[in-house]
Amino acid sequence: MNQRQAKSKPKRKPATLEVLRAGIQTTVQDQGRSGYRHLGVAQSGALDAPALLLANRLVNNPGHFAGLEMVVGPIALRFSDASCLAICGADFDADLDGVALRSGWRVYAQPGQVLTWRGARQGMRAYLAVAGGIAVPEVLGSRSTDIAAQFGGFMGRALQHGDQLPIDVVAAAARCERSVGCLQRLWTPELRVLPGPEYAEFGAQAQQAFWQQAWGVSHQSNRMGYRLEGTPLMRAASGDLLSHAVMPGVIQVPPNGLPIVLLADAQATGGYPRIGVVIAADLWKLAQARPGTRFCFIQSDLAQAQAAQKKWQQEQYRLEWSLYGR
Amino acid sequence: MTALLSKPMSFYLLGENAAVIQGCAPASLICQRRLWSLAQQLRVLGGYREVVPGMNNLTLVFDPELTNGAAQLALLADLWDRSEAQDFTSRTVPIQVNYGGEFGPDLELVAAHAGLSPEQVIAAHTAAEYLVYFLGFQPGFAYLGGLPPALATPRRATPRLSVPAGSVGIGGAQTGIYPAASPGGWQLIGRSSLTLFDPELAQPSLLQPGDLVRFVSL
Repeated sequence: MNQRQAKSKPKRKPATLEVLRAGIQTTVQDQGRSGYRHLGVAQSGALDAPALLLANRLVNNPGHFAGLEMVVGPIALRFSDASCLAICGADFDADLDGVALRSGWRVYAQPGQVLTWRGARQGMRAYLAVAGGIAVPEVLGSRSTDIAAQFGGFMGRALQHGDQLPIDVVAAAARCERSVGCLQRLWTPELRVLPGPEYAEFGAQAQQAFWQQAWGVSHQSNRMGYRLEGTPLMRAASGDLLSHAVMPGVIQVPPNGLPIVLLADAQATGGYPRIGVVIAADLWKLAQARPGTRFCFIQSDLAQAQAAQKKWQQEQYRLEWSLYGR
Repeated sequence: MTALLSKPMSFYLLGENAAVIQGCAPASLICQRRLWSLAQQLRVLGGYREVVPGMNNLTLVFDPELTNGAAQLALLADLWDRSEAQDFTSRTVPIQVNYGGEFGPDLELVAAHAGLSPEQVIAAHTAAEYLVYFLGFQPGFAYLGGLPPALATPRRATPRLSVPAGSVGIGGAQTGIYPAASPGGWQLIGRSSLTLFDPELAQPSLLQPGDLVRFVSL
């Protein structure tokens, strides 16, 4: 097609997802922002990134497409055009025009249909992917919402009543009409952890307490970090550390001895001792742990961390193959 | 100078996808300059998710599927040995500040703590030259070295829930500017109307490591 023809083609009205009820802290997220931490920019992105990835795969989207992170309902969304959708992550109570939806399944949405998501029954966060993806503009290479810095996502903020989310339907519904589902990852109350650079600065007693106690998730947890409740860990060494880079998964121990596991919205630099790092393959589990949940840290090593990552990739290939034969 | 340079650096992994090079305390400018030049080389090499200088340390985030930690540590050690403290042609960035009043509600407190008049605090704060060591905390937030020791003031016991964008503050022995509104515990002495971070620009952060900052009283 030459340029002249392309120009004369009538411009179609962009498809939208209209927000009838916004819920609380519903945000546009993708796999996060990278390459800007040296400017102080947080990673952002889905806290349960694997769940958003699965939802994207189910609707035949590339993995980096943006979806919605849903935490507290009720959320109601109206589809302007035919599309297909999938919600992964937490088990939830939701329907499409009265027909119940299941976690980890893809369904076809007719124009005008309303998706209602009332909240999670188990787990904490659910991820909606729509064929074509939420087409908000990219900011610094990502469509994720950075709430603190107020950019990215939909106008740099959580969704509000009346928002019209653009959807890119070009690549959409054709291959989506068959309803299919996938196995979701199994949540267990165990996070594998690699000892951190300051691990040795904690005495034998604190090290033992770190691995052996069941840690509780504090109500003060958010997208920046999960604060844990338990027996405080006393650092044997004294003195302040120089500010260093931190990233999601790093477990810091502030002076009160109660660990904080940093998550996607964590600041780029910190100065607290780092007792450990949650392996990348297990970090999603925290995103699905509600306040009050108890879990344990399991000491791990590099080989295990890499094997776990490889296993996750194989799961994705298997899903791709079973859905689209490639 | 050579004594400082010969102090051993440490190289270690942080989780499965980051490698860190760390200098010894106390922090030195020579070490920092070598780290800036190392960061520059790593960015030119490319292929990394993040290259993040801290205070006398540098963190390299890589893709563990494409490379492994041991290789990255070896590379860092090798590049460090061959690196030199670059002669940075520092830019000097003037930052105009409205001191005191509604813009700097803690100016009097900082003055009382230092045993100076508010005018003397402004004079001392504007006379000094500050070096950007690294960025962090929020987009475009510069960690500055060079605060006159007399102006060091402890942080507020109770942090403010919201500090306006552009606020210039003192926290302990540090001074800095909040690019965006955020909670904050620093003592606020003034405010600048400059945009310190704009994600729409090709270079989003006004200040870069190695830059010199001069505060100018309006």
